[in-house]
Amino acid sequence: MSRFILRRLISAAGVLLAISVLTFLIFQAIPNGDPALRLGGRLATPSELANIRHEYGFDQPIYVQYVDTMEKIFNGTVVSYTQGINIDEQIRRVLPATLSLALGAGFIWLFLGILFGVLTAITAGRWLDRVLTILALVGISFPVFFLAALVLYYLGFKAGIIPLSGYVPLTEDPWGWFTHLIAPWLVLSVLFIGLYSRVLRSSILDTLGEDYVRTARAKGLSERRVLIVHVLRNSLIPIISLWGLDFAQVIGGGAILTESVFNLHGVGQFAAESIGRLDIPSVLVIVLLTAFAVVLLGAIVDILYAVLDPRIRLSS
Amino acid sequence: MATDPVIRGPAGELSGVISSEPAAVEGQVPPGLGPYQLAWRRLRRNRVALAFGALFVVIVVLCLLAPLYAKDVAHTTLAANHITEKIEVGGKSKEVVSLVGIPIGPTWHSRFLLGADKDGRDIAVRLLYGGRNSLEIGALATFITVILGVLLGTLAGYFGGLLDAILSRGFDVIWAYPPVILGIALGAVLNIDGITIGPIELQAGSLVIPIAIVGIVYIPYVAKPIRGLVLGLRQREFVDAARQQGLSHTRIMFGEILPNLASMIIVFLPLILANAILLEAALSYLGAGIQPPNPSWGTMISEGIREIPAAIHLTLVPGIMLLLTVLGINVFGDGVRDALDPRAKIRIGRR
Repeated sequence: MSRFILRRLISAAGVLLAISVLTFLIFQAIPNGDPALRLGGRLATPSELANIRHEYGFDQPIYVQYVDTMEKIFNGTVVSYTQGINIDEQIRRVLPATLSLALGAGFIWLFLGILFGVLTAITAGRWLDRVLTILALVGISFPVFFLAALVLYYLGFKAGIIPLSGYVPLTEDPWGWFTHLIAPWLVLSVLFIGLYSRVLRSSILDTLGEDYVRTARAKGLSERRVLIVHVLRNSLIPIISLWGLDFAQVIGGGAILTESVFNLHGVGQFAAESIGRLDIPSVLVIVLLTAFAVVLLGAIVDILYAVLDPRIRLSS
Repeated sequence: MATDPVIRGPAGELSGVISSEPAAVEGQVPPGLGPYQLAWRRLRRNRVALAFGALFVVIVVLCLLAPLYAKDVAHTTLAANHITEKIEVGGKSKEVVSLVGIPIGPTWHSRFLLGADKDGRDIAVRLLYGGRNSLEIGALATFITVILGVLLGTLAGYFGGLLDAILSRGFDVIWAYPPVILGIALGAVLNIDGITIGPIELQAGSLVIPIAIVGIVYIPYVAKPIRGLVLGLRQREFVDAARQQGLSHTRIMFGEILPNLASMIIVFLPLILANAILLEAALSYLGAGIQPPNPSWGTMISEGIREIPAAIHLTLVPGIMLLLTVLGINVFGDGVRDALDPRAKIRIGRR
């Protein structure tokens, strides 16, 4: 078991390294992406540009630049090329909003996704299944920024039920934190609830046909016990791995659309701004944060599987 | 009740299931029909899926007719603004854009059917032209994604070894980025000054840029499952037989393995198309896709959200159109999947 965990963590570190190198190279290879040009402004003379290049180390070989930047990122001293601000502080400013969004929405979509998935599976082919299936497809098809705009207009401007925008830190005003986040939580959850309920439905229906389920029934176990202990435990596996990836992507700025309509000033908005300025260090930090979350949650999910299911442990 | 036994088709992978669908579930099926004919029969009976498929086709046709609509119905062009004009609505004369800058809402008449935007342009006309862009990008991006996804997934799964390791890590890297963030990054890179790769020269604002971005982002979502399927097929007897006959790798991949991927590819097509259209809209909304004044549903929603709460129709019109289009594709695609893979539509206890 410990060998499995070790191997999984080493491969996770490898993916992280590959992602950081690739991101760095992509932003180096951008035509006209020379950061000295943007630091110096349009009127900079060649000698000024040369100074900037020397000062920031852009005249160094590319691998030296990469190692330098990574070192600064891990020291927490990395500074934005275009803003001159410490990126660590920036991230600390935007991360609470995104974490709050991810935790609340992640809980809601996991809970409701499983609930609707189980409901549609046990009523498969009947009207409740049909209604919920159509609803799930509508949820999957709804452009999230359009849904967010509708909620903001009808519940915010018209009905006045929800505050119009912004993020209130939990430590300042817990109730304000909750009321400002409830709409973004629900809006962000809609897509995932639809997706998860569909995946879980077909996963449960597949599992119901397995021999061991027939055996469990033949032993005279109650249907509830068969469903919860024997079927659901196995059917939840794909859901857990989806949840790990989706949750991690939201932390890494994947909820940018929800964040920007509700103006939460989260990681996603920071990412979009940094990308727009071609600010390599900021982009690298955000990408590493995302990749770290994705890889870490992926590893945790895999290890969880291995704990639950010895076949996975042995085969890999 | 859920306590009843489950009827299900015999186990097997996606391709094998279709031909061995038991006649008992679907009534009397004449012998000798191929798997796709059977799937077509099942799809034909699914009225909901067909209706939504038809909805999508109607939207596509309407968008293709955009120039005709603009000229003969709305009497305007894509870019023409009527900001200072007045029109007759129900006997009253109304300004297209009021003095405080609020555009007129839907008139439900031939001119400004769905209202105007704040430059006095006809929303219905922009909606149809924008739809052409959104649908064109979606379709071409889907084409790129599916071709490259199937090709790379098949290569990785068939050859294994080092090639598989490299390609799979590549998929992992793309996979680790949230699609929208990756899209903006590519958009920022390509949209600054355009890009020149050998003989291909892309202008900033060219439609090719969003097509390429959306096409790249979803490649792993196709390539990974295809790779998994090929890994299984590679071990099968018919591939061994082909190898024994001395067929080349290329012929085995295209002649023996590819036909077995067909139903998975068919299931993927609508899924990728729907997601490509949504991603393009999201990128345009964020300013990393289609560049104004070129319309697309995403840019129209983005312009509309800025006018909330004064003129909600600017958001509603393109938003509902986008929703209907994607919903049409998704419901139809769901029907196609059910038709191709009857196991997915298991009925409980209805013998």
